[in-house]
Amino acid sequence: MSTRVTARGGSPAAGAPLGGGGRLPKVDPTSLRRQSPRYGERVAMGVLGGAAMLSVLVTVGIVISLLLPALSFFREVSVSEFLFGTRWTPRFAGQESYGVLPLVTGTLWTTVIALLIAVPFGLGAAVYLAEYAPPRVRKVLKPVLEVLAGIPSVVYGFFALTFVAPVVLEGLLGIDVGTFSVLAAGLVLGIMIIPTVASLSEDAMSAVPSALRQGSLALGANKMRTTLRVVFPAAISGIAASVVLGLSRAIGETMIVALAAGTQARMVGGPTEFGQTMTGFIAQTATGESTPGTLSYNTLFAVGLLLFLITFVINMISIRLVRRFREAY
Amino acid sequence: MATIGQLATRPIKAQQNGEKSPASIAFLVALWAALAFAILCLLTLLVTSFIDGVPRLDSNLVTAYTSQIAPERGGVRAAIIGSLWVIFVTAVLAIPLGIAAAIYLEEFADPKRWYNRLVEVNLQNLAAVPAIVYGLLTAGFALTIGLRRGVVLAGGIALALLILPVIIITAREALRAVPAEIRQGSLALGATPLQTVWRQTLPSAIPGVATGTILALSRALGEAAPLLLLGGLVTIRFDPNGLLSGFTTLPIQIFNLAGRSAEEFQQLAAAAIIVLLAMLLLMNALAILIRNRYQRQW
Repeated sequence: MSTRVTARGGSPAAGAPLGGGGRLPKVDPTSLRRQSPRYGERVAMGVLGGAAMLSVLVTVGIVISLLLPALSFFREVSVSEFLFGTRWTPRFAGQESYGVLPLVTGTLWTTVIALLIAVPFGLGAAVYLAEYAPPRVRKVLKPVLEVLAGIPSVVYGFFALTFVAPVVLEGLLGIDVGTFSVLAAGLVLGIMIIPTVASLSEDAMSAVPSALRQGSLALGANKMRTTLRVVFPAAISGIAASVVLGLSRAIGETMIVALAAGTQARMVGGPTEFGQTMTGFIAQTATGESTPGTLSYNTLFAVGLLLFLITFVINMISIRLVRRFREAY
Repeated sequence: MATIGQLATRPIKAQQNGEKSPASIAFLVALWAALAFAILCLLTLLVTSFIDGVPRLDSNLVTAYTSQIAPERGGVRAAIIGSLWVIFVTAVLAIPLGIAAAIYLEEFADPKRWYNRLVEVNLQNLAAVPAIVYGLLTAGFALTIGLRRGVVLAGGIALALLILPVIIITAREALRAVPAEIRQGSLALGATPLQTVWRQTLPSAIPGVATGTILALSRALGEAAPLLLLGGLVTIRFDPNGLLSGFTTLPIQIFNLAGRSAEEFQQLAAAAIIVLLAMLLLMNALAILIRNRYQRQW
């Protein structure tokens, strides 16, 4: 008897007469190949694959949606004026100037200050959690860091504007900053990306095989030496990836800098000055009235394109680094 | 030359190399300080927002609309309802797409094929694209298909695109954690690969998928940047009531209120922050509950 056993509860395919085999299609009963075409499954597979391919479509969409308005922007403003100009006054009627460098310096200052905070504190927390913390302490502290990562950036922005700038910087430390400064924005930005740096580098250090640690300890090195000379170098590409990812987040973060860094674009020369970042400019201009097709609307996309390109390059570096760290063991 | 016996009895120089050496202790203290700093920042942030906002935690906060004339009696009713609408649209769009893509990548995709590798790298990159770029994308997209920008649907699309990579990555991790034996058992009993996924692998992975999805949605709930570009920064004095209704959300209103200098607006912003954090806490608690309750140890 050559009944076909299907996966549907082991019963014969619907409609196929049992036993007789009179109208059954001619099949080789010993074949292991699937004997019904299952068109439905093919459709379902297509849907699943399509969902995955959609992510590529999103990237293509980002590139196109940024590129087209940016191209019409560059038809009116030369690329060299945009990249090397030092005055950014797109809203001064009569004296428009489209040099993006002031926005870039704003982003640079907030990002550097953020990394100065996030890298030492994030790595310190990661080393403690990966190498020193007893399992119970770790179980409590890791979620705390996750909470820090889950707080919306606009809340951090409010914190920078109403507490860090006036109370901590002016009141406690006596630094003369105004309402807006790249220092306050950068500090809080740094606090925000501590969890990013900490959790990724903790993963990298936890992935280092314990045989390496034991070898080092057996040779007489103490825990600090082992951590700094064995575990840290072994995890270095993962740690570097965490820093690079933190950098990418610092550059792309909007709400903190829009609230706390300032709303006027200018070449930023020092940490206590105010200034506008690339993301801050997009946020500020977007909230005003901007009609599609106008130069001021296209300006958004030109800055957006620059932002996307910068973070794209940084992300690619980070992905490369992570791949290296995965292949190590 | 020292014999082994002499070496073994020679006292170890604890001052230089032991765990109690000054350098070791200083190192440990520095690590402690790093962690303590992070936790201190978190506590300060929560406490200051709370102190600022507590005086305004009244019923007006959730029942009244924002008022320009009398901010001390205004509320964020429209923003709360708008946030719920936008998150609903985000969830409806992002969850099925994200899980479908995760199933394909984890269960069926051959990682040696170039297009599958392209998707992988692309996803990792998308996860780190600045949020505000998704706003630009959606603004451009809405313009192309003729959708008005300041509507719930546009906001939902932007946030869905933003969290899609996060959902895919966490759902894949959950699927990967399901042991191969479960799949093999199902296949051995004659189920097709798709039946195996639908009846065995996916149900086993649901707790992990749900946890990751809720956390991704809570990120969307707190995100404001892409919505700024979609006309979400408006004062609305009605309840958003549909896909094509105008909207504003809690994070945007917080941004709006925090940027004004008057004390009353700042207080209202702090109170709105408490509401937002409470909503996020609720979602996180749900995620932790699901993780602890239903996640199986294989």
